[in-house]
Amino acid sequence: MTDAPTTAAPSTTLSMQAAINLALEHALAQDDRTLVFGEDVGKLGGVFRVTDGLQERFGADRVFDTPLAESAIMGMAVGLALHGFRPIPEIQFDGFSYPAMNQIITQLARMHYRTRGAAPMPVTLRLPSFGGIRSPEMHSESLEAIFAHVPGLKVASPSTPTDAYQLLRQSIADPDPVIFMEPKARYWNKAPFDAAMALADTPPIGSSRVVRPGKHVTLVAWGAMVSRCIRAAEFAAEDGVELEVLDLRWLKPIDAAGLAASVGRTRRAVVVHEAPLTAGLGAEVGTLITEQCFGTLRAPVQRVTGYDVPYPPGDLEDHYLPSTDRILSAVQRVLEYRRG
Amino acid sequence: MTATESLRTGAGLDGELLRDLYQRMLLTRQLDLEFVTMQRQGVLLGYAPLRGQEAAQVGSGAVVDRARDFVFPTYREVGVAVAMDVDVVGYMATHLGVWNGGAYDPIASRFGAVNAVVAGSVLHAVGWAKGEKLTGSDGVALAYFGDGASSQGDVHEAMNFAGVDRLPVVFFCQNNGWAISVPTARQVAGGSVSARAAGYGFPGVRVDGNDVEAVYLATQEAFARARAGEGPTVIEAMTYRSGPHSTSDDPGRYRELVEENSWIERDPITRLALRLREEHAADEAYFEGALAEARAATESIRTGITETVGRPAEEMFDLVFANRPTTLDQQRDLWRAAAEGEERGDD
Ligand SMILES: Cc1ncc(C[n+]2csc(CCOP(=O)(O)OP(=O)(O)O)c2C)c(N)n1
Ligand SMILES: [Mg+2]
Repeated sequence: MTDAPTTAAPSTTLSMQAAINLALEHALAQDDRTLVFGEDVGKLGGVFRVTDGLQERFGADRVFDTPLAESAIMGMAVGLALHGFRPIPEIQFDGFSYPAMNQIITQLARMHYRTRGAAPMPVTLRLPSFGGIRSPEMHSESLEAIFAHVPGLKVASPSTPTDAYQLLRQSIADPDPVIFMEPKARYWNKAPFDAAMALADTPPIGSSRVVRPGKHVTLVAWGAMVSRCIRAAEFAAEDGVELEVLDLRWLKPIDAAGLAASVGRTRRAVVVHEAPLTAGLGAEVGTLITEQCFGTLRAPVQRVTGYDVPYPPGDLEDHYLPSTDRILSAVQRVLEYRRG
Repeated sequence: MTATESLRTGAGLDGELLRDLYQRMLLTRQLDLEFVTMQRQGVLLGYAPLRGQEAAQVGSGAVVDRARDFVFPTYREVGVAVAMDVDVVGYMATHLGVWNGGAYDPIASRFGAVNAVVAGSVLHAVGWAKGEKLTGSDGVALAYFGDGASSQGDVHEAMNFAGVDRLPVVFFCQNNGWAISVPTARQVAGGSVSARAAGYGFPGVRVDGNDVEAVYLATQEAFARARAGEGPTVIEAMTYRSGPHSTSDDPGRYRELVEENSWIERDPITRLALRLREEHAADEAYFEGALAEARAATESIRTGITETVGRPAEEMFDLVFANRPTTLDQQRDLWRAAAEGEERGDD
């Protein structure tokens, strides 16, 4: 396919929703084998309009609605990949990946291994994820730890439009299955954006990014919690406390070296995520830090997370999600910690 | 039965029953309109309108015997709730963002929790029906699902299991033409959900879902079969989702206004009113009274909703388990301590 990208003049601002749309457009234009499919992604352009206009431009063979069956979406993705396509399926909301878990875990994640490398699975599952939008039940799940636990899956989550563009293009180009978790609470936030520059600057798979440098404590986050950590850092700065915010970006593989570099400098770390506490990714991040920085750490790594409860109804959402206050309390705990 | 075969129509219900169905359909309509308004006013977080489906919902729900049957709703079943005298204020707790699933008692109401997962509860109906068979009881499980839901593997598994065991379950598909933006033609291979029943070895009937008598009679017949130990039935009620999928949907992006308009003349409430007039089963005074009654009931439900106080946040912890581990108590204590100290904004 030779069509040049049609949108996005340089030095514009773009929302994450539009940046993802653009990444899909560019991927579809670049490679005939890419396919976008899922529930309502065609004429409607997706319930978040992320696939808006793609069917019109690339036709209903390349961008198509599926029947309402998530297991079918992911099972078909496996079959299409076996045929040589590069499927980019969408599951409408995080919580509806549950009906597809069988195909994702028992088939998609293992096919390369099972076939001794004969059948790579270049499948990128786009999954609007996480909470913060007062949604109905099953529309605000944080599943990164579940996916990260499955051998054979890679997991990414962006926090900005540029990141979203980079990570998605990178995921689509990768020969392995990637679960691409889009923070729906950040879909509409705009930021400066330049597609060509973003593509040129893309760091390797598994790279984290320091999005705000600081020297006293490292906050580790991903998705929508990154902006909340930046907010917490702004508050802390008023009191002379400099928080470094590290956006993990890749939740598998995790940038262990990036964690060690940051925490090596700050000697204190707080991990923030929306998912429940127990067996969440915070436990993995905390362990990676402890394993690498035990000698320099001034305090045990703290976790600020959701609770071990189902994601609550809209009314109670603010009680569940990590707040800047909870983040700053954890910062205070690591700063005031004294070896007993 | 294939898609091209004629719909089964109803006839012969007595005037008193028809008037009761009319009253409940009218209340459902008034409530539905009110809930859309309340979402626009910011009272409800979201809402899934059912306008156009009143006959399918009320006509089927009215058959349920709350002393022995059990209903498994989706997220669009206000009309069934009205037909079964479920606490509608409690039902709306789900759309208020107060409690996902609703705040009524599903066991006492014989009306399961509002379920946000498409096809999520169809298998539950089969399990419940199995329980009736195991205990030698004569209750019937009624599972609601949509044309979109019919694509889920769970629905196949449910029907197959029910067929193998000849279980007392009625699979009630509201084929409202659309699953968000996807029309039935792009959803249902072969064009008919009811036709699939033949493959499972039990009857499937397709009814005019906007004809409340047809719906009522088909449901009554299916319930009678189930109670008599003759096994499951699929009912496919052909109707139309006249409104958007939900209050955040914009049907203008995927369907034509002429299509929407073509269903106005098939409006189930107008049709029933016409029939009541033809049969001389209701006069103008009745209709005025019915509307006044529906409006008054709507007003009182609206008041109930606006006066609903949120659930205490402790319930987020307390309701997870029947036998709560102390680790969760510890998290609740941490939450409480944090909640008391909140002072800064988050965004
Ligand atoms: C398992 C699952 N997948 C996707 C969704 C998102 N979703 C909610 S309603 C809907 C369409 C359902 O269509 P249908 O079954 O025909 O019921 P209707 O909405 O028309 O009443 C979709 C895709 C969901 N709630 N659950
Ligand atoms: Mg439907």
